[in-house]
Amino acid sequence: MAVTDAKTLPPETVSSGAALVEVESSVSVASQWQLMWWKFRKHRMAMVGGVVTLIIYAIAIFVEFLSPSSPGVIRADYTWAPPQRLHFLRQTEQGLRWDPYVNGYKVEIDPEALKRTFVIDEEQIVDIGFFVRGEPYKMWGLWESDLHLVGSTDAEVPVYFLGADRMGRDLLSSMIYGTRVSMSIGLLGVFLSFFLGILLGGISGFYGGTTDNLIQRIIEFIRSIPTIPLWMGLAAALPTDWPPLRIYFGITIILSFIGWTGLARVVRGRFLSLRTEDFVMAARLDGASELTTIWRHMVPSFFSHIIASLTLSIPGMILAETSLSFLGLGLRRPVVSWGVLLQEAQNIRSVATAPWLLIPGLAVLVAVLALNFLGDGLRDAADPYNR
Amino acid sequence: MLQFLLRRLLYMVPTLLAISIVAFVIIQLPPGDFLTTMVAAMAAQDEDMDQAAMAALEEQYGLGQPVHVQYLKWMQGIIFRGDFGDSFGWNKPVSDLVWGRLALTFVLSLASLLFVWVVAFPIGIYSAVKQYSIGDYFATFIGFLGLATPNFLLALILMYIAFKFFNQSVGGLFSPEYQEAPWTWGRVADLFAHLWVPVVIIGTAGTASLIRIMRANLLDELRKPYVVTARAKGLPEWRLLFKYPVRIALNPFVSTVGWVLPTLVSGAAIVSIVLSLPTTGPLLIRALLQQDMYLAASFIMLLSILTVIGTLVSDLLLAWLDPRIRME
Repeated sequence: MAVTDAKTLPPETVSSGAALVEVESSVSVASQWQLMWWKFRKHRMAMVGGVVTLIIYAIAIFVEFLSPSSPGVIRADYTWAPPQRLHFLRQTEQGLRWDPYVNGYKVEIDPEALKRTFVIDEEQIVDIGFFVRGEPYKMWGLWESDLHLVGSTDAEVPVYFLGADRMGRDLLSSMIYGTRVSMSIGLLGVFLSFFLGILLGGISGFYGGTTDNLIQRIIEFIRSIPTIPLWMGLAAALPTDWPPLRIYFGITIILSFIGWTGLARVVRGRFLSLRTEDFVMAARLDGASELTTIWRHMVPSFFSHIIASLTLSIPGMILAETSLSFLGLGLRRPVVSWGVLLQEAQNIRSVATAPWLLIPGLAVLVAVLALNFLGDGLRDAADPYNR
Repeated sequence: MLQFLLRRLLYMVPTLLAISIVAFVIIQLPPGDFLTTMVAAMAAQDEDMDQAAMAALEEQYGLGQPVHVQYLKWMQGIIFRGDFGDSFGWNKPVSDLVWGRLALTFVLSLASLLFVWVVAFPIGIYSAVKQYSIGDYFATFIGFLGLATPNFLLALILMYIAFKFFNQSVGGLFSPEYQEAPWTWGRVADLFAHLWVPVVIIGTAGTASLIRIMRANLLDELRKPYVVTARAKGLPEWRLLFKYPVRIALNPFVSTVGWVLPTLVSGAAIVSIVLSLPTTGPLLIRALLQQDMYLAASFIMLLSILTVIGTLVSDLLLAWLDPRIRME
């Protein structure tokens, strides 16, 4: 007699068969969001993806405090310094002690190329501390501080946990600062395309007929143009003398200008299938205005689905921004994003001398994977009654 | 079928027109034009440009005229004389520059498409038939990884590995001795020897998504009652698989060409910049940065037309494969 699908049950209640009646009632009174949460929780990869995504956004929020230095600080005498490994324990006379440190650098001159290179010097020791005073910054642009989570106890000696670039800028700090830009551009771009997508997709699906036909042709047209050349053309059209913040918004608008089509299709499809549902007809017969019908009755029934597709379109935005900045058409310093950092690794010569310059690519990879898994889980969970 | 073909061809006309307008307008967007860029560059080197020479250049390219006049002039040249205008940066007609590069882009995209198909097809089937097996998980994992890696990063990593461990460069499409050589069988063989690296890099993302599509479609089909019926009457498993479900699951496979192709052309553009391939990518970015407008507009337009034609071919294939679409 139990017709409830085991998959949609709260996990802890499935095993206790005795409380079957209780289970059934808990499912039937559970809200839509509760059902979604139960289902989402079962999707292990999605949970992992969700946690990683939260961590990345947390990093993006506390950038100033988390990074050991500032991305703009140039130290010409530390060109292409290799990564310093962090040691937590130090060998002393009393045995191993908790005392974090990194090894310093010494300069070696390559006799063939006559090139100065930095190598790790096991003899030198640079003490590392937590909650140290270092580079001053302005937290969220509101108040001044110089407290950093981790860094060298001696403010004069810089540390490079992930190495330095060709101007001696700290890669780890740049990457942490880049997190804020890369992740927020994805989020902001998705919100912009969400607005366009829901508006045009909604109009298309709700009215149908000629309007629908026209909007569909436009979408087809935009989708048929290869995105990178189009983006390149649009990004190159941004004046080079714009301030960084305006370029940032310009790039976001360009990305969402093309990104809305996918979302519009999803919204349209939902509208088309809902339009003939009984409850929409009932609302209409009840004298509800068109706007009320849409916002009160139709949108809530596919809102969870929209959130899932929104999550799935963030990675595309991040990848697009990375590609554009990598090509030198997107963001520029002093704004740092992962793509701007990867631009340093554009030719084989710099990659060969400083392979650690590819590390920001890893950040892109992790962020995109996490968001993909999260979005997949959300999409599955958004339809608790399907499957 | 003929009617379908004609209708699709007719649909293409406004699309092509829109593409040409968009391509031209994008190029007009940045403030200034090639001349101002050139004057600025010369001023940076403390050189002055003679007013008369500037006026002559302005006259020659019609730079002072309104946009729609310039556009009509440009279109007129293309349609009646196959003349795409002149490239300012190269001082050559655009048509001398684009065709060779476009042909190589075409070869590269086509090879990538074939690669995507050949790899995604068997893996997709395997993944669906052996759902939740180790192989399936592995394919899914690789697929996700392939989707998440920007292909220029893949190109960089591959370049680094080739340089570090094999001490050779993987850039370019030709060996130095064939770089400027005329087309011979040797040059063609040389091209194919170099082609696989960019093909694999460009094809990875497409392969990943196509594997997932193939798997999902085939899984849907495998759950249908006719499969059970066929199995019950004793049809051998592989024959059952290929006779019905695979053929139906193949349908969306073909239709995806429509969107896989733009992705491939996009990917080719950026990868070829990293690997410095003699395709459209590197020339396009240079033209954009220099505001070499006719060259950039021609590239954007021709690349888009290439994908539109590809989409048309995929639609025709689909109509040929599936009578329901033809009849609509």
